[in-house]
Amino acid sequence: MQSIVHVVLAGLSNGMFIWLVASGLTLIFGVLGVLNFAHGSFYMLGAYVSFSLVRALSPHFYLAMLFGPLVVCLAGWAVERWFLRAVYRLELPYQLLLTFAFVLIFDNLVKIVWGAGALHPPPGLGPLEGSVEILGRKFPIYSLFVIAVGPLVALALWALLERTWIGRIVRAAASDREMAAALGVRVPALFTGVFIFGTWLGAVGGALAVPYVGVLTPGMGESIIIEAFIVAVLGGLGSLKGAFLGALVIGVLNAFGTRFFPAFDMALIFLLMAAVLLVRPRGLFGVARS
Amino acid sequence: MILELDRIDTFYGSSHVLQGVSLAVAEGEVVALLGRNGVGKTTTLRSVIGLTAPRAGSVRFQGQELRGLPPDAIARSGIAYVPDDHRIFPTLTAEENLDIARRLSPRRGAFGKAEVLELFPRLGDLLRHRGASLSGGERKMLAIGRALMAGPALLLLDEPSEGLAPLVVAHLTEVLERIRREGITILLADQNLRFCRRVCSRGYILEKGRVEHQGTMEAIWGDPAVVTKYLVV
Repeated sequence: MQSIVHVVLAGLSNGMFIWLVASGLTLIFGVLGVLNFAHGSFYMLGAYVSFSLVRALSPHFYLAMLFGPLVVCLAGWAVERWFLRAVYRLELPYQLLLTFAFVLIFDNLVKIVWGAGALHPPPGLGPLEGSVEILGRKFPIYSLFVIAVGPLVALALWALLERTWIGRIVRAAASDREMAAALGVRVPALFTGVFIFGTWLGAVGGALAVPYVGVLTPGMGESIIIEAFIVAVLGGLGSLKGAFLGALVIGVLNAFGTRFFPAFDMALIFLLMAAVLLVRPRGLFGVARS
Repeated sequence: MILELDRIDTFYGSSHVLQGVSLAVAEGEVVALLGRNGVGKTTTLRSVIGLTAPRAGSVRFQGQELRGLPPDAIARSGIAYVPDDHRIFPTLTAEENLDIARRLSPRRGAFGKAEVLELFPRLGDLLRHRGASLSGGERKMLAIGRALMAGPALLLLDEPSEGLAPLVVAHLTEVLERIRREGITILLADQNLRFCRRVCSRGYILEKGRVEHQGTMEAIWGDPAVVTKYLVV
């Protein structure tokens, strides 16, 4: 029982990182209709930039966490403004090709700036050090913090989209960008804003991961984007509710796989995705896009 | 003239849909675009609002050239568009659909929410319903209401009477008359000649992307040769 609870908690904290990346991915797909394969790169850049800022601004960890993702937003702005706009009207394969190119570009950029080897954030970097005892075993406080951040972000996103004017405009443009434009919405500017916000969510995930993952590598964006894609597909492309639920399920399933079937952990996730898609091809909460 | 189209050419890809269309609408007028399916009526309206921008010619609204402006700028200049398929935002409630138009427009006209609900009392019961759950007729009312909330000087209506029962068409006729009395100019595309005769003063008949005939609605109605040649299916 003790072991199961700890595996679930570890799974939930992993799931929250996947959720932060998947939320941006889902928001961008839901509004812009773009499947951004480079979204994991924003997670990676968030981690690297925040790591550098943590060292530069130490001991002001929170400032680094605040400014790191904002710096990455500049990269998101440049990608959307100068490249993605050209492929909005093209088919999905062109978008995937372009964004995959950015995966390679950002990986190489990281290698140039921070080196090709792994970086190891020293222990005790962030606040909330130490652990608490849960059912007789220690569990990191920082992981509990991450578990709390995920639902807060989900709640904030829901409130933003459902309860604010900008949220209504975003939902309107997501469902019918042409009609939104005919009512006065500056759709290109709105899309840039949504893309930057999605970038920020991914980069916040990366920044939060710095004290958690123990090692930063130039390929760290790829592994999380695959999990985020699985989550987005499982939950239904474009559905934030689905992405949140999917991230929880994948995080916990992955933790169980790692604990009990280490040779088979990723296969479990793909098997679940295949099973859900066989029963519900649009995912758990997916709707048809017009 | 509040709206002047001068020899506009509009394309869908390589398909040359509008071929030198010219027309003019005076302030306060209700003018019809007539013609069979596929002659370019919808494309003319979309060319004015900028959703299918003309490649050549001129679109002048209140003396300002619109060609080259994005749809959002054209909308903010005082033109509202009601497409034939209504295009209600399905994930927003009826009230949010109305409010968003008001919020986005810098203009304030004669129609606020109270006035729109007075025009379409049925909408009052539907304010909290999502757009996706409304019937076709309800969406049509909401789409016209949403356009009015933007405070337009010119209202573009695509097939407003299409699919409506005769009683509802009669109500729509009264609604358009009320809108006209408030000083809003209307350019509408419709195939229902009887309806257009009741609400419009003049009409332009389109055929294969060109204006083939124009005149008062009474003159068009009274010319069997024109009606047979261009309007009867």
